Amino acid sequence: MAYTASPPLDATTAATEWKPPDRGTVGIASFIVAETALFAIFVAAYLFYLGKSLNGPYPRDVLTVPVTATICLLSSSGTIVMAERALQRHQTGPFRLWWMLTTALAAIFLVMTGMEWWKLIRHDHLTVSTNCFGSTYYGLVGLHASHVIVGLFFLTLVLLVSFRGFPITTQERRIKLLSWYWHFVDAVWVVVFTVVYVIGR
Amino acid sequence: MASVSHHLDVPESQPESSLSGNMYRWVSTVDHKRLGLLYAMAALLFFVIGGTQATLMRMQLAVPNNHLISPAMYNRLFTMHGTTMVFLVGMPLLAGFANYLVPLMIGARDMAFPRLNAFGFWVFLFGGLLLYYSYIGGGALYGSGSAPDVGWFANAPLTENAFSRGTSTDYWSLGILVSGLGSVASAINVIATVFSMRCPGMTLARMPIFVWLMLVDSWMILIALPPLSAAQIMLTLDRHVGARFFDTQAGGSALLWQHFFWIFGHPEVYILIFPAFGTVSEVIPVFSRKPIFGRQAVVAAAVAIGFISTSVWAHHMFAVGLSSVTNTFFAASTLLIAIPTGIKVFNWIATMYGGKLRFEVPMLFCCAFLFQFVVAGLTGVMLGVAPFNFQLHDSYFVVGHFHFTLVGGFIFGMFAGIYYWFPKATGRMLGQQAGRWHFWLFCIGFNLTFLPMHVMGFLGMPRRIYTYAPGRGWEVWNMMASIGVAFQIVGLLFFFYNVIRSLRSGPLAGDDPWDAWTLEWSTTSPPPEYNFETIPVVRSSRPLWDLKHPNDPDWRYG
Repeated sequence: MAYTASPPLDATTAATEWKPPDRGTVGIASFIVAETALFAIFVAAYLFYLGKSLNGPYPRDVLTVPVTATICLLSSSGTIVMAERALQRHQTGPFRLWWMLTTALAAIFLVMTGMEWWKLIRHDHLTVSTNCFGSTYYGLVGLHASHVIVGLFFLTLVLLVSFRGFPITTQERRIKLLSWYWHFVDAVWVVVFTVVYVIGR
Repeated sequence: MASVSHHLDVPESQPESSLSGNMYRWVSTVDHKRLGLLYAMAALLFFVIGGTQATLMRMQLAVPNNHLISPAMYNRLFTMHGTTMVFLVGMPLLAGFANYLVPLMIGARDMAFPRLNAFGFWVFLFGGLLLYYSYIGGGALYGSGSAPDVGWFANAPLTENAFSRGTSTDYWSLGILVSGLGSVASAINVIATVFSMRCPGMTLARMPIFVWLMLVDSWMILIALPPLSAAQIMLTLDRHVGARFFDTQAGGSALLWQHFFWIFGHPEVYILIFPAFGTVSEVIPVFSRKPIFGRQAVVAAAVAIGFISTSVWAHHMFAVGLSSVTNTFFAASTLLIAIPTGIKVFNWIATMYGGKLRFEVPMLFCCAFLFQFVVAGLTGVMLGVAPFNFQLHDSYFVVGHFHFTLVGGFIFGMFAGIYYWFPKATGRMLGQQAGRWHFWLFCIGFNLTFLPMHVMGFLGMPRRIYTYAPGRGWEVWNMMASIGVAFQIVGLLFFFYNVIRSLRSGPLAGDDPWDAWTLEWSTTSPPPEYNFETIPVVRSSRPLWDLKHPNDPDWRYG
């Protein structure tokens, strides 16, 4: 232990004023950057292969705009914010209510994606191996849906522990990080929606 | 080593030194220093394997019309050599250095997410083992291959089911996907550590340059690695559920794979060189007895490289026939990135200029790094000129160029780092004499191997050929290159001998054997598990200088 003495601090860096950002916040932000890069490649692939399929079905023949699912998913970003606000006020009841609503909206979105896929596969005979459109469509929408599944898992987990009496009001920070992830999943859907159902059709 | 242990669940009856107790501590560790050493040890192990593969290839190519190795085996060798050196040597060495040094340099007691850190290491290791399991499990058609044989860039549609039967390509794809997860986890950890764990007073402006470079490096990993993962997911979908991403017969594009791969692949070479840049930026000032020249410029250049590196990838693809606008853009961005890189080289030289140079082993490696990296940079600029590239694409000139960056740059920089920080990590100095033998033999061998490759390229020798006919003027250069390998091997034997001997009986290092200025030298060697007894407080970019020279501290000069 050669050097243990600390030199005096100047005013700007006094230890009491030394408040680096929360590591969880930085971590989840970095994670979102990496996820964005992942999605960007699938989006690029989708756009690149637009109109390049050698055989049908083509997007304009089989895709219908998923209005309800989109409304559900986007409004779940609002409900999760309401849940967070309730948590800030330490109101467990409203928190559970908003959180339950968020989880339900996420589940509805997922079910509707499943129904859309069911229709595409059974009725329109579009699978991942049918053509380039099928590959990129299921790749991109599937990647997003898998993120919804992960989100749904954590949403349900929070719901379960809060109903089993866990003091959820102590977890404001983690709930915030989870909500960031959820907002990201929503924001990605805006991109996917635009690319697949607006530009792609 | 450490007096305080987090591992309170180790049964007390187990003696401190028992093998199983030690194993348990290493396997279950979440300490950034142990994980850093694990990364480095795993990287050195894979380095030996990848080096053996390279040696076999050079033996095969030493003389024309050689039949030591079959063409199929040669394909597997260069695939595994490239994949191993990039993903299982470069990435873990980088992560090892970052893990070990970043918390110590910024006065933190651990990384931001210690368990994520352990996850990153084990995921990397098992990704590597998965790749190597292909030698056992990756059967292919007609016994044509066990290990993957599609090249480290694995161009489509060669990797499709129609052309790559069996499972070897799947081992390649999944092994990289899995170890890539570890790299991203480790990058997230470094970024969070740098932003959130700095000790009081350690502003970004005062952060050691190594830490700055690892921060930019981690940023590049975040941007560059996921595209590779995305491409691997697509490839796996192609191979296993019949998707058409890269299936050219169904309208899929071979070109798209190249874009995706090089969107990762080009930042990747900057990702690999950055720890060497960082190490050199720490070693040269200490052994020149001067603060680094133009600190802000070094950092700004690094950030510039970090940005530009994401927009140069298609210079790997000039020969595939992109539009001339595309070629011009990527040629311009490639030439542009030489500017910040050049700034750094001038900074290092200006740091040495007028300094009191001490040519100890780490400094020797840094000097060789400077020469070799400048050569690599210049041949890089040459290759960045599209018309020149058309002539030399896929020739040995390219092989010479990127080995100058990755061996002459990265590996030399890492050896400088190992000789410099080994005393900190182990408490013992590496031997000077053996170190000098290592340096000179490795340096001579390296140049003997890779300088002639540039000439071979000019003489028209293509890459990835398993043998060649005599009479084209290639023989003498190939023989020189192969002889160089022998020098490198002997040099590396000196290194490993040096490490083993020094671990047992090297001279004790003390806390600060090089009279350095960054925080890692203010704690004991090796550091205790908690790194610092009291969290340090810093007021300048050279906190240890301030402590040693209370009458003339850096912070007095603003």
